[in-house]
Amino acid sequence: MRIRAQIGKVLNLDKCIGCHTCSVTCKNVWTSREGMEYAWFNNVETKPGVGYPKEWENQERWKGGWKRLDDGQIQPRIGGRWRVLANIFANPDMPAIDDYYEPFDFDYAHLQKAGDSKTMPTARPRSLLTGKRMEKIEWGPNWEEILGTEFKHRSKDYNFEGVQKEIYGQFENTFMMYLPRLCEHCLNPTCVASCPSGAIYKREEDGIVLIDQDKCRGWRMCVSGCPYKKIYYNWKSGKSEKCTFCYPRIEVGQPTVCSETCVGRIRYLGVMLYDADRIEEAASTPNEQDLYEAQLNVFLDPNDPEIIAEARRQGIPDDWLEAAQQSPVYKMAMEWKVAFPLHPEYRTLPMVWYAPPLSPIQSAAESGRIGYNGAIPDVDQLRIPVRYLANLLTAGEEEPITHALERMLAMRAFMRGRNVDGVENTEVLERVGLTVEMVEEMFRYMAIADYEDRFVIPTNKREYAHSMYDGQTERGGCGFSFGSGCNAGGGDDADVFGGKPNNKRQFFAVRVDKVGN
Amino acid sequence: METYINQLIFGVGPYLAGTIFLLGSFLRYERGQYTWRAMSSQTLSNPPAFRWASIAFHVGILLLFFGHLFGLLTPTVVYTSVGLSPGAKQIMAMVAGGLFGLLCFVGLTYLVFRRLFNARVRANSSSMDTFIICLIYLQLITGLSTLFVSMDHLDGAVMLDLAHWAQGIVTFQAGAWQYIVDVHWIYKLHIFLGLLMFTAFPFSRLVHIWSWPVEYVARRYQIVRPQ
Repeated sequence: MRIRAQIGKVLNLDKCIGCHTCSVTCKNVWTSREGMEYAWFNNVETKPGVGYPKEWENQERWKGGWKRLDDGQIQPRIGGRWRVLANIFANPDMPAIDDYYEPFDFDYAHLQKAGDSKTMPTARPRSLLTGKRMEKIEWGPNWEEILGTEFKHRSKDYNFEGVQKEIYGQFENTFMMYLPRLCEHCLNPTCVASCPSGAIYKREEDGIVLIDQDKCRGWRMCVSGCPYKKIYYNWKSGKSEKCTFCYPRIEVGQPTVCSETCVGRIRYLGVMLYDADRIEEAASTPNEQDLYEAQLNVFLDPNDPEIIAEARRQGIPDDWLEAAQQSPVYKMAMEWKVAFPLHPEYRTLPMVWYAPPLSPIQSAAESGRIGYNGAIPDVDQLRIPVRYLANLLTAGEEEPITHALERMLAMRAFMRGRNVDGVENTEVLERVGLTVEMVEEMFRYMAIADYEDRFVIPTNKREYAHSMYDGQTERGGCGFSFGSGCNAGGGDDADVFGGKPNNKRQFFAVRVDKVGN
Repeated sequence: METYINQLIFGVGPYLAGTIFLLGSFLRYERGQYTWRAMSSQTLSNPPAFRWASIAFHVGILLLFFGHLFGLLTPTVVYTSVGLSPGAKQIMAMVAGGLFGLLCFVGLTYLVFRRLFNARVRANSSSMDTFIICLIYLQLITGLSTLFVSMDHLDGAVMLDLAHWAQGIVTFQAGAWQYIVDVHWIYKLHIFLGLLMFTAFPFSRLVHIWSWPVEYVARRYQIVRPQ
């Protein structure tokens, strides 16, 4: 058993209002640069829809994620190592910029400079790729917002698989939900596996997947490999870039920018302990519908004394173990089973999980059109088809989704009974296997969602860095730099021109020994 | 004067170009790895024709490069000892070079036009990008043109002169340039452009040629970095 810790995430779709604050704050911080205008490390899609980039869930077309071979091994869907290299001169499975959208800006200055005219001056769009006038904007980062475009187009959504989708094109039957998406920081990332240069890596201490910008050679195989299409090729720098999970913030115990600014308070960050030795087996599970359960088996119980002892022995710091015990992600994914991975069938074992949306049922049920199943509405008659959510979150397996929705409904019924009607309706809880203590905690986390309950992030530990020296050297080592480390050439090692590594003391090194074990 | 220029270009030139090529590549790798990339524009414009053109160009030019490498640097005795006469080897070189050159030419023609006339690619090309692709195109055209000159003398003598020059240069023979003083100007132009290409190499996107990701076939799929 190799125990590792990762900062995982849950998004409670039941509360997402689709305001795009996460996307905009993320863009302002990370991708407001030339070459990356088209890239949204975080974006919010209206579902059903083909999404961004177009049809990203259609892996017949984009070949993202893993596929299981007849011999039980898995390999990236874009092909084995030799096929990846054979395609290095031209990647056949890569979305081009028009599959995202042509980035544009508007001639705002014209509004101020225009002379007298009979009509209002307008700010017309210009392409940010060529600087030329765009007569018509054909597509954007969120073109399908709130069911924009006709149903014929949106119904190409992969999640309609197995759903009689035609009736949902009718106005009375229509449904929608928001799906905020970011890099999943997978346990078994295909982007890492498909990078010919070996530039993409997962951080051992917190599981964040990053691209080494110095090592990236711009072969673009990661763009194809990632089934979520969350790696973006910067056409100006010639390097691939991706969501960094705001690692500089995570390291000091702050939530990611998208989580911090979420006005709906739908985002949760917490430590998950997992067994790295079980990853390959879980990702190779024969039946796609079993992948969700298989991933649950990779996670470790942070309250189990044996796990705690073993984790300590392997060097996981105590405050990380404490954080794991209070992790909202663990509670929602493992204890209450109300959060699910996005498209587990990609076999990437994603680490950004989703609580399915619920809201549209109750009001419909109360108007008398949907039958009550005891005190709670019958979830099989949801406005959003359970099968649709199952296709999104459990590879089509409906039972776990139904179970989660029923638990969330029961929580509502119970808390409404207590707070509005003044009755303790424990019967409704028994039906879904919850206790009063559990549902009170669920309510605290999912409905109240205080800041310190949503974000339980231990700070990065110096103890992890075995070769790191004292803070004085770390602080004053580089003097002024251009952000490329101590050397102008980048990298922390001594260079061939006689430069010495400035962040390590040669003499009188004050070594921080590992503590806490 | 003409002798001096011949000596300067074909005697000293290769060492200047070679030094800049090797030292320049090394320095850029050491000091500015962030700039070390293939700089693909596939994202900006990606029709199937582009992919075929890019493959044709890359495969063609790699075959041409290794054809030149082995053709010029294999000592004469190696192939005469297996019964291959210089004349026969010249025919072989012409046929292979012609085919690979044609493949490369078809692909590169598309790529040159795309770089110059596709609005998106044009807008996002540095002057070095445009210079280097035009240089390669010109080099390819002069290379293909030598075929017509070579038709006139199929005995392999000029080929031997060129090979002796190349072998003399890489073995640091002082008078190597004298082997090619009298060859047709088209060969000289081809060599000159080649030297220019080696000189421009470390300052252009061509540095990605060094980065054959061969280690990929042997490495594990997942990479986890400890802190």
